[in-house]
Amino acid sequence: MAFVTFEQVSLAYEEGGPLAIRDISLSVKKNEFIAVVGPSGCGKSTLMKLVSGLSEPTSGYVYLDGRQVSGPQKCIGMAFQASNLLPWRTTLQNVMLPLEIVQPYRSQMRRQRKVFEEMARALLARVGLAGWEDKYPWELSGGMQQRASICRALIHKPELLMLDEPFGALDAFTREELWCMLQDLWQEQPFTVVLVTHDLREAVFLADTVYVMSKGPGEILVRREVDLPRPRTLEDTYTESFASQVHVLRDHIGAIRQH
Amino acid sequence: MAFNRRKFMIRNASWMLMLVLLLLWEALCVGLQVPEYLFPAPSAVWSAGVARWEPILMHAWQTFFTTLVGFGIAVVVGVVLGVAVGTYPLVYKALYPLLVGFNSIPKVAFVPVLVVWFGIGTVPAILTAFLISFFPVLVNVATGLATLEPELEDVMRSLGASKLDILRKVGLPRALPYFFASLKVAITLAFVGSVISETVASNMGIGYLMMAASSSMDMALVFAGLIVIGVMGVVMYELFAWMEKRFTRWANRGSNSAAI
Ligand SMILES: Nc1ncnc2c1ncn2[C@@H]1O[C@H](COP(=O)(O)OP(=O)(O)OP(=O)(O)O)[C@@H](O)[C@H]1O
Ligand SMILES: [Mg+2]
Repeated sequence: MAFVTFEQVSLAYEEGGPLAIRDISLSVKKNEFIAVVGPSGCGKSTLMKLVSGLSEPTSGYVYLDGRQVSGPQKCIGMAFQASNLLPWRTTLQNVMLPLEIVQPYRSQMRRQRKVFEEMARALLARVGLAGWEDKYPWELSGGMQQRASICRALIHKPELLMLDEPFGALDAFTREELWCMLQDLWQEQPFTVVLVTHDLREAVFLADTVYVMSKGPGEILVRREVDLPRPRTLEDTYTESFASQVHVLRDHIGAIRQH
Repeated sequence: MAFNRRKFMIRNASWMLMLVLLLLWEALCVGLQVPEYLFPAPSAVWSAGVARWEPILMHAWQTFFTTLVGFGIAVVVGVVLGVAVGTYPLVYKALYPLLVGFNSIPKVAFVPVLVVWFGIGTVPAILTAFLISFFPVLVNVATGLATLEPELEDVMRSLGASKLDILRKVGLPRALPYFFASLKVAITLAFVGSVISETVASNMGIGYLMMAASSSMDMALVFAGLIVIGVMGVVMYELFAWMEKRFTRWANRGSNSAAI
């Protein structure tokens, strides 16, 4: 059953202005991991805003879990290239922020604070941040901040996780480490993921399905399923089958550049 | 050893500079035999201050009181308007040109109007202090709120946070360093406002004391008044600087630091 559905969605930021994305149709199954790749400015972030209801389509329809999206959705997890942690809160308090907003946690916060704190601590420990809970974001390295940011996106157990180039600013080692961390989290307790990225290896490593978008106005050029077995390891990225998947995508992107 | 002396110098630089200036001033007045009714030496100012400490204290208290009340109103009004301007683009569009225009009018021009409405004395002094000092508070609070990262807002909205939630959890804490920075500016401006009003339209306060003293050629007392205002300003400024450090320690470590 489709969890996210786009039906011929177009969006122009200004009325009568140029389209940011054009005629996009796609459907994402529940607990599917999709990646969206494409040249800069093609409308990947716009696509994310449409899913979460932060923008409204100019034409076409967006459905989330069978209902048409109108207005901001509740209970979506989001993380961006910048960690956007609040500098006046400790790491633990940052991770607990969604619990202060999303129901039913919000109304239980007073009575259950201890329980929720344990939840957040467990999640932080899960991503290797045990012992850093009471540090402030500026005391964390970039990679650690990004881990905390992903914890904040997941603490309230959202059904949909949206990641907009979350590993874009990290060095290659940290990035690959976080790929594995994300895959583990997702396999432990599945949720639907939309990942926007520039990195084709990242897309192939993590996603079940990769969508390639054209230059702006963005359209879906290719939909490609990655049928590599899970869990995927960093070793797998050096195998023939992995490399050929990446190559196919690279050829598509190369074809876009030609035009 | 040399390093310690340097540290000592840096820590006490402002006191030492003041001492040097006072000595220069004294030397100048005594050396050139400047008459006291034109430019009194610090020693003369000091003895005038000591001799008349009771009226000075009374008037200083009046100025301090009117300034603080005006400043308090300015903080409340500045925060309320600042939140409205920083949160609602419509309010920003409607109010901003008006406020900028208002702020460029010299506040002393309001004093005669205030006198007609409220008579001379405490009320116009409070209102002038308020009028002159609410603007920086407003601008800084509004700036702190309006410069919220759009991505952070997206994170909050996709959790289903209301406008009030976003304001409480992110907007206001983020604007806090801006707010405290503006308090330092606002308190000194508030002193300017109340003293201006007192010199023009009051029979109380340091401003009035200086006016009265200068018309009887008592320059030593005028200077004593000036120094009392300066001391009150510095003390209040330091108080708010300390509060700023105390409550927004995170802002000096993180990436974003406050304006002004
Ligand atoms: N708030 C906005 N107002 C007007 N135009 C916008 C806005 N946001 C994006 N655009 C335009 O929409 C198009 C798509 O932008 P979008 O941010 O979705 O691209 P992107 O694929 O995420 O790019 P990148 O990979 O560089 O992040 C661009 O041409 C951009 O100029
Ligand atoms: Mg983008």
